[in-house]
Amino acid sequence: MEKFQRLISRAAPMPNADIDTDIIFPARFLLITEKTGLGRYAFYDWRHSADGGDAPQFVLNEPAYSGAKILVCGDNFGCGSSREQAPWALRDLGVTCLISTSFGEIFRANCFKNGMLPIVLPPAPWAELLRLANEGGELDVDLLGCTISGPDIAPIPFDVEPSRREALLEGWDEIAIALRKDAEAIAAFEDRQRANQPWLYERD
Amino acid sequence: MAQIPQTLYDKLWASHVVRDYDDGQSLLYIDRQLLHEVSSPQAFEGMRANGRAVRRPAAQLAVADHAVPTHDRDRPIADPLARKQVALLASNTAEFGLRNIALTDPAQGIVHVIGPELGFTQPGMTLVCGDSHTSTHGAFGALAFGIGSSECEMVLATQTLRQRRAKNLNVRIDGDLGPGVSAKDIILAIVGELGTAGATGFAIEYSGSTVTALSMEARLTLCNMSIEAGARTGLVAPDETTFAYLQGRPLAPKGEMWGSALAYWRSLSSDEGAAFDKVVQIDADALAPQATWGTSPDQSSAVSGATPDPGAATSYAARLRIERALDYMGLAPKTLLRDVAIDRVFIGSCTNGRIEDLRSAAAVLKGRKIASTVAGIVVPGSGAVKRQAEAEGLDAIFKEAGLEWRDAGCSLCVAMNDDRLAPGQRCASTSNRNFEGRQGQGARTHLMSPASAAASAVAGRIADVRDYL
Repeated sequence: MEKFQRLISRAAPMPNADIDTDIIFPARFLLITEKTGLGRYAFYDWRHSADGGDAPQFVLNEPAYSGAKILVCGDNFGCGSSREQAPWALRDLGVTCLISTSFGEIFRANCFKNGMLPIVLPPAPWAELLRLANEGGELDVDLLGCTISGPDIAPIPFDVEPSRREALLEGWDEIAIALRKDAEAIAAFEDRQRANQPWLYERD
Repeated sequence: MAQIPQTLYDKLWASHVVRDYDDGQSLLYIDRQLLHEVSSPQAFEGMRANGRAVRRPAAQLAVADHAVPTHDRDRPIADPLARKQVALLASNTAEFGLRNIALTDPAQGIVHVIGPELGFTQPGMTLVCGDSHTSTHGAFGALAFGIGSSECEMVLATQTLRQRRAKNLNVRIDGDLGPGVSAKDIILAIVGELGTAGATGFAIEYSGSTVTALSMEARLTLCNMSIEAGARTGLVAPDETTFAYLQGRPLAPKGEMWGSALAYWRSLSSDEGAAFDKVVQIDADALAPQATWGTSPDQSSAVSGATPDPGAATSYAARLRIERALDYMGLAPKTLLRDVAIDRVFIGSCTNGRIEDLRSAAAVLKGRKIASTVAGIVVPGSGAVKRQAEAEGLDAIFKEAGLEWRDAGCSLCVAMNDDRLAPGQRCASTSNRNFEGRQGQGARTHLMSPASAAASAVAGRIADVRDYL
C-alpha cells in the first residue's frame, strides 16, 4: 500500500450531506473488473451534463479545484454500497484525503486499505475548513502530527486510530502482517473453535 | 461474582476475537464468506499477485448475481463486460478451489437469498460479503456485515478481519402489524426515524413481540436494510422459528452435529439486563404502509402522507437536502404521495425477492391488471424461489396482471444488467435504495413493500395497499 504522511493541496468543497457511493461511482461502471484507471467514472453523473459534456456547476470541473487532492465533504459521505470502486476512483483522481463530520463506515474502512486518509472532525472546525476550501486556500494535512493547517487558522488537531495511522505512515500490507504476526493466534483460535463448534468445520 | 449481562452482539463479538490490539481494534475470526462477481475480482487478483492461498476454501461460497441477465438465460450473456465478469468469477473460484454456483445451477440466486436457503448462514457465525446488504444474514443471529474488496482478500488469505467493536442499539418493536403492513414498512419507518446515519457505529438488535412473531423471511427483510440507517450489522436473536427454518437445509448441521449446534444456538440472546447504548421503540400497531419520496431511504412517509415542505425544515442544511431530493424526483413540495403517477414497477431484490414477498404481491394482483401506463418485472431472489412460485401458480398471476416473470438476480435494484430505467422514469420498487441514478441514470425510485408495489402497479400511481385487500 502507498504511504500517506503529509499532504499539501487545495481542497474541493463538497458539502452536501449523504453523498453515497452510487454517486461517487455509478453502478453501471461496476462491470469493470480492474481497480485502476477508474477516476474517469468518479461522480460521473454529477460531472457530466445531459449531453455528455462537463457540467459547469460541478466543483471538480472548476479550474480552481482541478487536481485538488483533498475533499471537504458533507456528513455521512460514502454511505450506501460497500463498493471499493468509490475510493479507487477518488484515488485515481488524486484525492487521498477526505474531511467530513462523518463517513459511511464501510467506505471509511475501504479508504484506509488504499493509502487514503478519511478525517472526522466536529462541526465547528469542519465548517472552518469548508470556508477555506471555498476560498481556494491550501490545506496542509500532517498525519505525523495529526493536524490540519491552513492560511489564517490555528492548526486543527484530528484523531485517527493508532494502528490505522501507523499503517498509513508505513504503507503496511495488512494481510502480510496478519500472516506473519498473527498466524499462530489464528491457528490456535481455529483449534479451540473446532473443538467447541465442530459443525463449523464439517466440510473443510 | 455475577457475570455482567451481555448483549447478543457482545456475545457474538467475544466468541470471535482472535486477539485484541492495544488501540481498541481486534482481529476478528470470520467463519464464512460469500463472494460475488463484482467485489471479488480485485481480491482474487491480489491473492494471485502475492502468491497467496485461500486459508479455508470450504468456508467460502460464490455466486454471480449483480451483473447477470434476468432473461434469455439459456444463451450466452449478451453484454460482453458482464459475460467477462461472470466468467472471471468461475475461473477465479476454480483456480483457488472454491465452490461457485453457476448461472445454470438451480440454486443460483442473490447471495443474500441463497445463503439462508442453503443453510450456509447459521446462528452464532461471523459472515461477511463484499456487499453492504450482508446485514441481511443477521436475521439468523449471525454477526454479518458488508466489507470492501480489500477486506474480501484479507478473509480469503487469513480468515480474519481487523475490526472495532460497535456500540449496541436495541430497536424494540411491539404490537401487531395491521393488514397490508409488512417488515418492509417497519424498516422504512425505522430508517426514517433514525436517519440515514443514525445507526452509524452501532450494531442493531431488533427485538420485541412483533419481531418474535415475524417469519424468517420477514426478519431477513428487516435486517437487510439496517445499513440504510448506517449500521453494518442488524440482528435478531435465533429462536424456534430460526431453527425450524434451518433444519434439513443442505449445508445445515445434521444428526448429532445438529443437536450440538442447537444447544449452542439456544444460548444466543441478549441477557436479561444487558445494557444497550441506545434504545428505540416502535409501535407496530400504529404503523401504516410506507413509501419513500426522496433520494435517501430515510426520506419516507406513510402512503397517506405528502412530500415535505422545505420551508418548514429545521435547518438550512435540512432544507437544501429536501430541495435537492424533490428536484431530482421531479416532485413539488406538499404533493400527496397518492397523486404521484408511476411508469414502472419492480418486485424483487435481496430485500423483497423471497417467496413470501411474491405471495403478498400476487395476493394483490390476483384477478387484477396493472395500469396501461405501467410496465414492470417480477424477479425472484433465487432459482428456488422461482420454482416455488411457479409451483404455487404465482407466475401466472403476475403474467396475467401484465408483469414480466424473470430469472433470479439483483436486476433493477442495482441496474447493472439491462434491467434499467430511462432518465425521468418513475418506479415503485421493492428494493432498498432510492439513491440518485440507482435504477439508471436520472431514474426515480419510490421504495415500498411488495404488496404496496403491486397495488401501485394496478393504480398507476402510489397506492395504499389497504384499499386493495
